Amino acid sequence: MRWAVIQFPASNCDQDALHVLKEVLGQDADYVWHKETSLDGVDAVLLPGGFSYGDYLRCGAIARFSPIMPAVKVAAAAGKTVLGICNGFQILCESGLLPGVLVRNASLHFRCETLPVKVENATTRFTGEYKTGQVLRLPIAHGEGHYVADDATLDSLFANKQVLFTYCNADGKNTPESNPNGSQRHIAGICNRAGNVLGLMPHPERAAEKILGSDDGLGLFTSILRSQKA
Amino acid sequence: MTDPAITPELVAKHGLTPEEFSRIKEILGRDPNFTELGIFSVMWSEHCSYKNSRLELRKFPTTGPSVVVKAGEENAGVIDIGDGWGIAFKMESHNHPSAVEPFQGAATGVGGILRDIFTMGARPVFLMNSLRFGDIRPNKPNAATNRRLLSGVVAGIAHYGNCIGVPTVGGEIYFDASYDGNPLVNVFCLGTLRIKDIRRGAATGVGNPVFYVGNRTGRDGLAGAAFASRDLTEASKEDRPAVQVGDPFIEKLLLEACLELFEHPEAVVGVQDMGAAGLTCSTCETASRGNSGIEIDLALVPQREPGMTPYETMLSESQERMLIIVRQGHEKTVLDIFEKWDIPCAEIGRVTDDGLMRVKNHGVTVAEIPAKKLADEAPLYKRDARRPADLDARQKLDLANVPEPAPLDLQLMLEKLMAAPDLASKRWVYRQYDHMVRVGTITAPGSDAAVVRVPTGDKSWKYLAASVDCNAHYVALEPRLGALIAVAECARNLAMTGAEPLALTDNLNFGNPHNPENFYQLQQAVDGLAEGCRAWNIPVTGGNVSLYNQSPAGAIDPTPTVGIVGIIRDPAHITPSHFQNEGDAIVLIGNLGDELGASLYLREVHSLKRGRPPELDIEREKKMHEAVRAAIRAGHVRSAHDLAEGGLLVSLAECATGGAKRLGAHVHLEKNSSRLDALLFGESQSRALLSVRPENLDALLALFKSHGVPAQRIGAVGGSKLIVDVKSGSNAHTTLNWDVSALYQAWNGALDSYLE
Repeated sequence: MRWAVIQFPASNCDQDALHVLKEVLGQDADYVWHKETSLDGVDAVLLPGGFSYGDYLRCGAIARFSPIMPAVKVAAAAGKTVLGICNGFQILCESGLLPGVLVRNASLHFRCETLPVKVENATTRFTGEYKTGQVLRLPIAHGEGHYVADDATLDSLFANKQVLFTYCNADGKNTPESNPNGSQRHIAGICNRAGNVLGLMPHPERAAEKILGSDDGLGLFTSILRSQKA
Repeated sequence: MTDPAITPELVAKHGLTPEEFSRIKEILGRDPNFTELGIFSVMWSEHCSYKNSRLELRKFPTTGPSVVVKAGEENAGVIDIGDGWGIAFKMESHNHPSAVEPFQGAATGVGGILRDIFTMGARPVFLMNSLRFGDIRPNKPNAATNRRLLSGVVAGIAHYGNCIGVPTVGGEIYFDASYDGNPLVNVFCLGTLRIKDIRRGAATGVGNPVFYVGNRTGRDGLAGAAFASRDLTEASKEDRPAVQVGDPFIEKLLLEACLELFEHPEAVVGVQDMGAAGLTCSTCETASRGNSGIEIDLALVPQREPGMTPYETMLSESQERMLIIVRQGHEKTVLDIFEKWDIPCAEIGRVTDDGLMRVKNHGVTVAEIPAKKLADEAPLYKRDARRPADLDARQKLDLANVPEPAPLDLQLMLEKLMAAPDLASKRWVYRQYDHMVRVGTITAPGSDAAVVRVPTGDKSWKYLAASVDCNAHYVALEPRLGALIAVAECARNLAMTGAEPLALTDNLNFGNPHNPENFYQLQQAVDGLAEGCRAWNIPVTGGNVSLYNQSPAGAIDPTPTVGIVGIIRDPAHITPSHFQNEGDAIVLIGNLGDELGASLYLREVHSLKRGRPPELDIEREKKMHEAVRAAIRAGHVRSAHDLAEGGLLVSLAECATGGAKRLGAHVHLEKNSSRLDALLFGESQSRALLSVRPENLDALLALFKSHGVPAQRIGAVGGSKLIVDVKSGSNAHTTLNWDVSALYQAWNGALDSYLE
C-alpha cells in the first residue's frame, strides 16, 4: 500500500507517522509537501498532528487553503483512505471533509496524557481489528480537541455509526470525568458517511510500540491494511 | 533622530563603570558613539561576558574522552555517544524576563535554548526544565502573584515546545519564599547529530557572504541581556519592552530550513543563532572565532517596522533569527531552501580580514570595533567573597526545641506532606506539555529521571536518561556541600533508571555578585559542583550563569541547578521508579537515616529552615550507584527510587502512589536513632528503595554485600495500605498505616486545588 504523509509547514507528528508506517509496518510511505498539488498513485493519505500554519487562528483554518488540499479532497471522493490525526482531524473538519469543528478544550489548557478510548464501531476499514466496545489506551496531546456540532449532526453521526471512538473511563463508561476536553457526547473520532475518511484526536502512532507503554494504536493501521487486502 | 551625547550619566545608565568606559576608549582609540556604547554595554554585560563568574567557571572539568566540543567553544558542548553519533545539550535561564512577563519570558527561553542546540547542527529531541516560585498555597504571602507566575510560565513553555514538536519530558519545580517576585526558569534542551556534521560558529574565508535568516527584526527585547544583568526592582515592570515575543511557528520553520541547509555542508561555513544581544553578539563572536572581521549593512536587515535606528537594530533581541556564513558561490542553495520554508533570508554583509566588526547603515559606517576585543576581552572580576554572617546561626539545630510528633500526628502528617507543593504530583504542569511527540519517550514525567530513545540511523536507537536537580535549601545552608549533593542526587536519579552518567550542564542562579555574601555562595557552589564532576568523572559541557536574582526583599536561595545526561546500553535495563507487583520484596539500600538538618520535614512541619544539610560520603554514594546498576543489569530489580526530600517515608509513599497500579506495602523498621521523625523523614544521603522478585532477593542482597553497600529487606509490596511497623527497644512498638488511595488523592490533586 502506498501512503502519503502530508507535511504542512509546522506538522510535527509527520516523522512519527512515517516511522510507524515504514519501520513498524513496512509500508511504502513518503512525505508530500503542502505546496504540492497531486496525490496521483497514492492509496492512502495521512494528515499528521502538529500546528500546520502555527494555528494562531482556529486550528486547521489556514491549512484548508493549502495547495495540497484539493488533491486530498479528490482522493477522499475517490474512496481512498484518508486519515487525520489530531491537527489532521482539525484540518479535515475545517475543509468540510468531516462535519463539526474542534474548539479550545473546556479546561482552556493543553492536555497530554494516555487515556482510555472506546471503540464504538468495529465494522469499518479503520477499526476492523478491534472489537466494538473495546477499551484502548491511547495518548492525546492537544489544546483544541473539544468536538462541537449541532444536535442534528450529532444525532446523524451516531445513527449512521460514524462515531468510531469516544473518551471513556477504564470500564468503558462515558463519564464526565473521563472526557478530557469537553467534547460533545465524548466524541474522540468520527468518519464520513462513506467510511473512508477518519479524523481522531488521539494519537494511534504514539501507541504502536510496546516500549512506549501501549501498542493499542497499531490495530488502527493494521485494520486499514487488512481492509485494503480484502 | 540624532544620537544623544555620550555623558557619564549615559555611560552609567548602560551599566558600564568609568573604568570599563576608559577601557572602551583605549580599544577604540577614541570616544565611542551611541551605537558603539550600546554594543559594548550588552557584550560586556554579565549575561554575555560572564565577567563576574568566568574566573570561577574555570574550575570546572571540561575535558574527557567523550568530549567532542568543549564548554564555551561553541553554542553548546557535544558528547560522543558512540557509532558516530553525538549529543549536544545545555541549560539556560530566562529568569528576569519571566519575572515581568511570565508567558513570553518562558516561551522565549525555550526558543533560545532550542536555537543553541540546532545551531550546532543537531536535531532537538527533548526538553526539560527546572522552575522555582514563591509559595502558591492560599494562606501564603504573595500566593496569588506566585500562582499567576507559575501558570504563565507553564503555559509559555507549553506554547513554544508543543508547537515546535519537541517533547518536554521531565523537570523539577520547587517553591520557597526566597523566589517571591523572582522566579527561576531554567530550560534544558538536548539534540542529536552525526559527529561528522557538527556545525561551528566561525566566520572564515574573506569575501564569503553573511546571511541573515529568520524573523524580521523589531523593537522587542531591546538590550535584554543588559536587563538580565541588573537586580529586579519595582521599576522592572518598565523593562517589559526588554522582554522578547516568541513565535514558535517561525522557529519550527527556521529549525527545519536550517537542518535542511546543513545537509549541504559545501554551502555552509559557519552558523550562529541570534540570542542575547542579537546581531551584535552573532557578528562579533563569529568574527572572533574565525580570527577575521565582518562587515554588515543594517539597511539590508529584514525589519518589522521602518525607522529603526542602528542602535535599536543592533540591540534588538527579536527571536527566531540566525546568522549564516555562506561559502561564496553557494548563495542560491541558501536562498532556495529558505524560499521553500517561506522564511526571510537576506545577504547583509561579508567576511573581511581586518579583525573589525564594521556596521554600516545605507553605506555609512555607524560602528567599527575590534571584534575579538569586544567578544572575548571583557574585563574579568574577582569579586570579594565573605561567608554569610548568619550562616553559623542558621546551621545550628537544637532538636531539643523541635517537639517530636506523637504517632497519631505522624499519621496525619504524611498526607499533608504529600500535598505540599514541593512533593505533590506535578501532573497539572506536565500534562500541559506534549511529552510524547517524536515517539521516543519511554519514561514519562513523574519518575526519577526521564528515559528517551533517540534514533541513530538505520532502525537503531540509543537510550538516554536525563534529570535536572538542585536542593537549594541545602545550598543555602552549606553552599559547597549543597552543590555537591545536587550532582550526587542527579547522578543517583540516573542510576535508578539503569543509566551511567555521561556529562553535565549547569545553570548557576544567584543574587547580585557585588554582595560578598552572594559571591561566597557562588564560589563555594562552583567548588562543590566541580568536586562532584571530578568524582563522577563527568565533564561540564556548558551552561549558563544568571546573577542579580534578587528583589528588594533580598537574594534568592542560591540555586546551582545541574542537568546530567546518561546512557542505558540495553533497553531491557530501563527500570521504573514505582512498585510494580504484589509480593515483591522491598529493599532499603543504604542506612536508616537520622539527619534532620535542612529537611523538608523541618520546613513543612516545624517552619524551620535551618540545620546543616546531610553529610555526603562521595565514595559511598558512588559505590551505591554502581551496585544499583549492577543489580539492574543482573535482572534483579523491578523498581528503583532514590530517597530525597521527605526521606524514607515519603519515598515509600511515592513508590506506592506514583505507579499505575498504586500498590501498598508493609514494612518493618527498627528504630536506631532516638527520634521516630528522624527515622521516617531524615534525608541522609546515598539511599534508595528497590523492589525485587522474592526469588531474586538473596542474589540481590549478596550482590550488594559484594559491593560493600548496605542493603536490607524491610518489607513487601502489596495490599491497598501503606503499613509501617516500627520497633523501638525490646518491646515498644508503633504501627502507622495509610490508605494508598487517600495518599494518592492528597498527592495527585494538590496542585489542581491550588491552581484551579
